Amino acid sequence: MEWKEEGEERPLSQRPEWSDVTPVPQDDGPNPVVPIAYKDDFTETMDYFRAVYFADERSLRSLHVTAEAIHMNAGNYTVWHFRRLILGALNADLHEELNFIKKVANGNPKNYQIWHHRRWVAEKLGSDATSKELDFTKKILSLDAKNYHAWSHRQWVLQELGGWEDELDYCKQLLEDDIFNNSAWNQRYFVITKSPFLGGLEAMRESEVNYTVGAIIAKPENESPWRYLRGLYKDDAQSWVNDPQVSSVCLTVLSAKRNTVFALSTLLDLLCHGFQPSQDFINAVDALKTPDLDQSDSNLATAVCSVLGHMDPMRVNYWAWRKNKLPAQTA
Amino acid sequence: MDSSETQSPTVTQREQWMVESQVFQMYELLSSVPRNAQSVLLELQRDKHIEFLTNGLRQLGPSFCVLDANRPWLCYWILHSIALLGDSVDDELENNTIDFLSRCQDPNGGYGGGPGQMPHLATTYAAINALITLGGHRSLSSINRGKVYTFLRRMKDPSGAFRMHDAGEMDVRACYTAISVASVLTILDDELVKGVGNFILSCQTYEGGISGEPGSEAHGGYTFCGLATMVLIGEVNRLDLTSLIDWVVFRQGVEGGFQGRTNKLVDGCYSFWQGGVFALIQKLHSIIEEQLRLLDAGGSAIDSPQLASISCHSGKRGLHDTSGSAKFSNIGFNFLKEPAEMEPLFHSIALQQYIILCSQLQEGGFRDKPGKHRDYYHTCYCLSGLSVAQYSYSKDADSPPLPRAVFGPYSNLLEPIHPLYNVILDLYHEAHEFFSTS
Repeated sequence: MEWKEEGEERPLSQRPEWSDVTPVPQDDGPNPVVPIAYKDDFTETMDYFRAVYFADERSLRSLHVTAEAIHMNAGNYTVWHFRRLILGALNADLHEELNFIKKVANGNPKNYQIWHHRRWVAEKLGSDATSKELDFTKKILSLDAKNYHAWSHRQWVLQELGGWEDELDYCKQLLEDDIFNNSAWNQRYFVITKSPFLGGLEAMRESEVNYTVGAIIAKPENESPWRYLRGLYKDDAQSWVNDPQVSSVCLTVLSAKRNTVFALSTLLDLLCHGFQPSQDFINAVDALKTPDLDQSDSNLATAVCSVLGHMDPMRVNYWAWRKNKLPAQTA
Repeated sequence: MDSSETQSPTVTQREQWMVESQVFQMYELLSSVPRNAQSVLLELQRDKHIEFLTNGLRQLGPSFCVLDANRPWLCYWILHSIALLGDSVDDELENNTIDFLSRCQDPNGGYGGGPGQMPHLATTYAAINALITLGGHRSLSSINRGKVYTFLRRMKDPSGAFRMHDAGEMDVRACYTAISVASVLTILDDELVKGVGNFILSCQTYEGGISGEPGSEAHGGYTFCGLATMVLIGEVNRLDLTSLIDWVVFRQGVEGGFQGRTNKLVDGCYSFWQGGVFALIQKLHSIIEEQLRLLDAGGSAIDSPQLASISCHSGKRGLHDTSGSAKFSNIGFNFLKEPAEMEPLFHSIALQQYIILCSQLQEGGFRDKPGKHRDYYHTCYCLSGLSVAQYSYSKDADSPPLPRAVFGPYSNLLEPIHPLYNVILDLYHEAHEFFSTS
């Protein structure tokens, strides 16, 4: 479907099929604020839109005028809403509607209305739409791998229509392209916790921990895998504290003495949850202390807070607060 | 996984380094210019901002056609910015704004994006906050509260969450705008609250922040909306606040400003969305202490969801049952009396420096980051964030900040806001009194 009917260049007021319609101007009042200097064709299109919208005329010409109005402002949710009512009344071909959305989305990939509309159409089409929707979001994500709406839509498709089979591979591929892509990490978490084929978080934990530890060792300054690692033990702090892979990745990064903020932060959380550090941890943290730092910290958790306060000045208040709130068991 | 140091930087790294170099250029510029030029750079260009803002209220160019369904937002962004700067519009503009917003008010309740458009929760929030910002009897009484309540009930999904408009999208933003509006108009009751807490809770992610829908990525805008909603409905103890704090403190980057999500770029608008989270956190001191105490005792940090939800849903009450709505409408009011017992957990001066030096344009208005254009949205949320940062060391709302809490000259000081609604504090009080007694 085109913005205008094939070859149509005339303004609406000069088209015979609109001759019986009286355009309805916007009721802005005599002295509106935030008045917009609309272009003439914008005003005309919206005046005709209002005419059919207020008359609740669910016709083909109404459908056409919504397309033109959306072309001029894809953020007008009233137009989109009316368009859905028309599509329903006309029993329109919804595959064609997907093509329409594709064209609009090309210019506005971050607009709530487009994605809501797309979800409505896909829901009506059901599993017929699954592969089309996965391809569509993939295409949008190939241009901006962090498009929030595209990810939400993709998750909705997976949950409502299926198509989980290749999703973990897709996450792997995106993370190979950009290991810092937190949206891809989030999607990976979504897949391993929700996919009906993978057995859930606990079944996936061991292989996911291995993958994540590898990512951390490669780029310890990358916050995403650190948060993901913690997420793998959501609601199971005991397993997290007891898993030697977690503490050992901290120790490895600390011993390398580069980009240690997240390793220190993770160690601090471990200590707060009862982790018993070996002498290696104490030595590794000692080695990070600078001469001007208070050497008299009574225990490892306190020392970690001091080192962090020095090394990570943007969060100096946060580390001071954490130091002040350490649980009794770490003292 | 390739761990070699020679591999080429990823898209995230390249974009981040580019922004860092632009931001540090601004900071180096400051230290390289002579003192008198320096003081100009540090100054909030009040007159220029007012001019940019007032012009927008009077006339917008054709490029604003794409915001034709957001006109109450434009009113709010502009009027709130002007109010933050300690100024107000003249009587004529004030009356014109009230008249215009009345034309956006739907006969069946709520406000649309322009005259004749369907009512929408976001534009309802914007219109009501704009009218509160104007203040005065004519403005406040133009809001049909009974009809707003009907509209809010119509937007409520059986699951408990809210839809943005009739058959519209359902997310955390919708919950916040609905609950914020109901709270400030003192029409919040059990029927509106029911199920909202469960929805928000299902949006707290493994990272600690809050997403727009269950499963999505933790995000600054939704984290503010979700946290503020939970405070307003009295269920904030159900969130894992320590993990939320740990997530949000890491959103402040080397630039001094905030990013919206992990490994994304800094953006001035998050000065409020993330900065506002800190303003709320500071007043949740006793609940956080309680969660830490439970953690220390080896238990779960969060109260049993069952218990917490029972305490909020005891009995059904109708619209006009004062005990029901009074319970909720005083939460926002009493919240202000909570002293900020803790120091801010973010770097207030670094944030202010980013806003003034990187987001502010000398010719007026604010932007996302260097290289971007100014707009009214960023102007509103940069100024809101700046206000939050300036007052972040003040124990209570009545005590003015010390000079060292304000970056640049003390004349940069803005008006304080109510952090749950993002309206000017004094104007909130006027509205609260008006709606509590009428």
